[in-house]
Amino acid sequence: MLMTKYYQPLLKGMAITVRLSCIVVFFGLVFGTVIAFMKMSNFGIGKFKPLNALATAYIEVLRGTPLLLQLYFFYFLMPALIPALDDEKISITVALIVNSAAYVAEIVRSGIMAVDPGQAEAARCLGLSQSQTMTKIIIPQAVKNILPAMGNELVMMLKETSLASTFYLGEIMSQQKIIGGATYLQIETLIISAILYLVLTASVSKLVGIYERRLAVSD
Amino acid sequence: MIKVENLHKSFGELEVLKGVSEHIKKGEVVSVIGASGSGKSTFLRCLNMLEEPQSGSIIFEGVDITQEKVNIDKHRQKMGMIFQHFNVFPHMTVIENITMAPMLIKKKSKEEAEEQAMKLLEMVGLADKRDEYPRRLSGGQKQRLAIVRALAMEPDVMLFDEPTSALDPEMVGEVLQVIKNLVKDGMTAVIVTHEMGFAKEVSDRVLFMDGGVIAESGTPEQIFGNPQNPRTKEFLSKVLY
Repeated sequence: MLMTKYYQPLLKGMAITVRLSCIVVFFGLVFGTVIAFMKMSNFGIGKFKPLNALATAYIEVLRGTPLLLQLYFFYFLMPALIPALDDEKISITVALIVNSAAYVAEIVRSGIMAVDPGQAEAARCLGLSQSQTMTKIIIPQAVKNILPAMGNELVMMLKETSLASTFYLGEIMSQQKIIGGATYLQIETLIISAILYLVLTASVSKLVGIYERRLAVSD
Repeated sequence: MIKVENLHKSFGELEVLKGVSEHIKKGEVVSVIGASGSGKSTFLRCLNMLEEPQSGSIIFEGVDITQEKVNIDKHRQKMGMIFQHFNVFPHMTVIENITMAPMLIKKKSKEEAEEQAMKLLEMVGLADKRDEYPRRLSGGQKQRLAIVRALAMEPDVMLFDEPTSALDPEMVGEVLQVIKNLVKDGMTAVIVTHEMGFAKEVSDRVLFMDGGVIAESGTPEQIFGNPQNPRTKEFLSKVLY
């Protein structure tokens, strides 16, 4: 009865959760990779390494403060910075990306560091430049280390987008709040939401597993 | 071909090379022996600037490659290096391991690079493994692959850093045989090794390193038959039992 009447908003909530998580993880990967390379950079003025220090500070602050606080922060900050973008969807998406990038940076960095240094040495000895070594030798091997962790990051993000319901972004948890409030069936709607989240997270885990096995051909 | 002058290298406080000078001539096969920590691997790794020395010069084919403005990638193409732990690329098949650098750097066509790779694979008896991934190879096969991967760049000199130290005993012979054939054909080589019998057999010259310097240098007959330096005598008495 609940499902027949409210399946549309719930499906829409699911779609928004998936879309939001995918956008966040995609841009999180892009910016996270940039931050990871900043953290690994040796560029320095004397002993001081500005890129490294900046990346370290970024990661520490974003991982060391609550996500909900960060969401509020961007919710108030973004319109103040750019009045034209006075839209909580944008503010919250940006906040989630900024947060995810900090976690992804560490995933990418550890994935790259885990590649045997002998691989880079062998490549350089063949005459490959530093960037050729990165793209041909290190990154392809690092992807195998990074991918499972990125799958986990997507699973985490599917769940963490529920915090965006504080600002009614329309994802699963926002729909639960609306439907639960309208019908007074809080427990039932919570169970349904939980099942929807489980369906999503289990599917992602399954997909990552399949992809990992395909990548494992060479080891 | 390689002229080393007064090379110094420290890792932090630890001075590993304390003024090494050496001249490796074209076509010469030089073995470097010595105890662990004597600086022989560091010396070899300095030759292609895998380790950057603090001072001294390395003149390779007329160019001082320790200078910062030198494009080291260009010179490394002329120096093949073989590692103790093979360092074959696990994400590439055997043939891709070999063709990658010639195609990327020498701009060889795929056909050309593969033809050359197959010749090299036949030479070391790995032709039937061309499409395998390295995980399916034994240690000896991986090291033979690493050798032909370096040869595909047509280097002028080959640097071997303990090429058989990580191998099971029964695989040492097959790798040494490949190196023997290579130097017989006139390849210049510098070989850091613990295989004294092998060093004695293939070398034109043997360097004994001790405490970050070349303590003694001479023909295999001189070094193994009639060592002059007491440290050389002591070392050889420990390893030749």
